[in-house]
Amino acid sequence: MPANLDAYLGVHAAALKVRSQRTELLATNLANADTPGYRARDIDFRTALAAAARPGGGIHLATTSSRHIGAAPTDGTSPAELKYRVPLAPSLDGNTVDAQLEQAAFAENTVRYQATLQFLSSKFRGLMTAITGQ
Amino acid sequence: MSSFKIFDIAGSGMSAQSVRLNTTASNLANADSVSGDPARVYRAKHPVFEAVRAGLGTNAASSGVTVRGIVESAAPPSARYEPGNPLADANGYVYAPNVNAVEEMVDMISASRSYQNNVEVMNTARDMMLATLKLGQ
Repeated sequence: MPANLDAYLGVHAAALKVRSQRTELLATNLANADTPGYRARDIDFRTALAAAARPGGGIHLATTSSRHIGAAPTDGTSPAELKYRVPLAPSLDGNTVDAQLEQAAFAENTVRYQATLQFLSSKFRGLMTAITGQ
Repeated sequence: MSSFKIFDIAGSGMSAQSVRLNTTASNLANADSVSGDPARVYRAKHPVFEAVRAGLGTNAASSGVTVRGIVESAAPPSARYEPGNPLADANGYVYAPNVNAVEEMVDMISASRSYQNNVEVMNTARDMMLATLKLGQ
């Protein structure tokens, strides 16, 4: 049993964070379903999770001098790393939100979020069993 | 916790869609408000939506929606020959608003569906947050 709680929880804590960010993004897409010129965006979950789970991962700003100001590494969900959806049938006003597709993605994301919660929940239960010995 | 922003985003969507429903109601209610002057007749109103950034930095991806303004349709009002109408001009014409009732009904259904979508998003986000609060119990 590792003493480090972060290591014990594994990838699930990072996954929960990325899932919740994706929920926010999909909610944005659905709220802007009728906004002219709005282009739907999504997170590439695999890339974002890899960046979030790797401590110190993500994209760094290289500093070649000790007097340079470094930037915090991004976590895979910064605007530059978000992907635009490839629209199946963009509307004339330039909006690329497909409400059905977004709804499906939202539902899928919610179920996966709950699955991650279950994983975390079981981890904590296991920990409690180990502590109390019951 | 960043999930709280979902309420802002879905709330802004609901607010924008209700403005759209309001203009639709106004257009349908005034569909028969004739006038004797083509310049003063009621014109169909439509809101223009715009995405608004909720923050800077890594959170700039999420944005709500706002109503940028309300534009009036530029389509010409239809003239009707009704010499008996007290509002008729010197030639006996009254001018009816350029409201397209079918278009308005479609707009109404679209707005109400979008509104429901945002309500569902909010409900789901609430359930997710409540489940997260119960984590470890």
